[in-house]
Amino acid sequence: MKVSQVVDALEWRVLAGAGKLDSEVNGGYVADLLSCVMAGAQSGDLWITLQTHANIVAVASLLNISAIVVAEGAPVPETTLSKAEEQGVPVLSTAEPVYQTVARMVELGI
Amino acid sequence: MKREFSFLGFTGRGGALSKIHELVREMKVARVMTSSFYSLAPTATMKELEDLLREHRISGAPVVVNDKLVGIVSIEDLIHALERQELDAPVADFMTSEELILARAQEPVMEALRRFEQTGIGRMPVVNGQGKLVGIITRGDITMALLHALQDLYTEAEQIQDRAQFFFDALESEATSLQLRYTVEKGNFARGGDASAKIKRALLRIGASPQLSRRVAIATYEAEMNLIIHTDAGGLILADIQPAEITVVAQDSGPGIPDVELARQPGYSTATSAIREMGFGAGMGLTNIDRCTDSMSLWSVEGVGTRLQMVFKVTPAETGESERDCEAT
Repeated sequence: MKVSQVVDALEWRVLAGAGKLDSEVNGGYVADLLSCVMAGAQSGDLWITLQTHANIVAVASLLNISAIVVAEGAPVPETTLSKAEEQGVPVLSTAEPVYQTVARMVELGI
Repeated sequence: MKREFSFLGFTGRGGALSKIHELVREMKVARVMTSSFYSLAPTATMKELEDLLREHRISGAPVVVNDKLVGIVSIEDLIHALERQELDAPVADFMTSEELILARAQEPVMEALRRFEQTGIGRMPVVNGQGKLVGIITRGDITMALLHALQDLYTEAEQIQDRAQFFFDALESEATSLQLRYTVEKGNFARGGDASAKIKRALLRIGASPQLSRRVAIATYEAEMNLIIHTDAGGLILADIQPAEITVVAQDSGPGIPDVELARQPGYSTATSAIREMGFGAGMGLTNIDRCTDSMSLWSVEGVGTRLQMVFKVTPAETGESERDCEAT
């Protein structure tokens, strides 16, 4: 399943990287500690987090994460979004909490 | 056959394929279509259609009014007209005007290709955002464009390989290595990960596998963030890339780690709460580094500085299943 299909199905907002939603989603990973993400997230994962600092983009880019999903509708600083645009990392937003977000991803078969 | 150049002894095989993927996904219909085409007005006769098809050896034509696409008329429609002996009838009587299968100028070629496959048709009119007819696209157009793009890609890759090959061949030494050097500023979180990203890109360019590049990138990122978070005045990252081994050193001039053994314990961190709020300070940095490297050594003296050396062996067989892939444990 492609990132764009997940975005459509779960009605997420695309905050950055609208042109980069074509990559395949291989799975998901949840963490707010960057070192955990570094250790555990796989290439192609959707990374669900509440973290919005610009460094999430560097982490996602180094790991070839398919998209960052910011849960709880947490506001994402402009610096993060511009860095994400620059590096071609999609930043998506959902108003739902992490638990519901994951549950709906599982329903989709991710 | 040209020898494939790779400084790192083997080449990343995923490279060419992903480039092709990228091409197919990103190439727009507008770039591939033919923008010169023959069209007819709905008032033209079927006889005129016959002449047009015969003269230009085409099998159909779009029907337009003021540049807007209103229908498509094909050789099959012409046969119908011939059967009914209605060659003087207007094209409008025979054309298909509903549920037209068409392509949009700004959609990816991939989408057009899918439509060709689903419908089995041979050509589609291309319209822009305003519904104006701007071109015609055939399966052949797509194939040719991809072949050309592929050719360019290979030529470009060959040139890069030639240059790199020439460069390294011209150097005589007992052991040639490529050294990369980056200054990391203390507290500059906005640039956190820049050096790691550059090293990763360099490795991929000279032929490292995505897996090797990934574990070097992860370990280097942790070291880079340590310089940003914990040092007095930032530090340096030095990467020494040799065909069989990559060494990355992160060094700084203080404050130094009081208890190196303690610092290496998983979960131990001295990060402030402000830094933890940004998602750092999990106390997993050195643990991650340990898992991604083939060997690491950490030397530190309080008041003098810290030197972290990470060694990565280049193994041709490194695959996604590698035990040292820094994936989840």
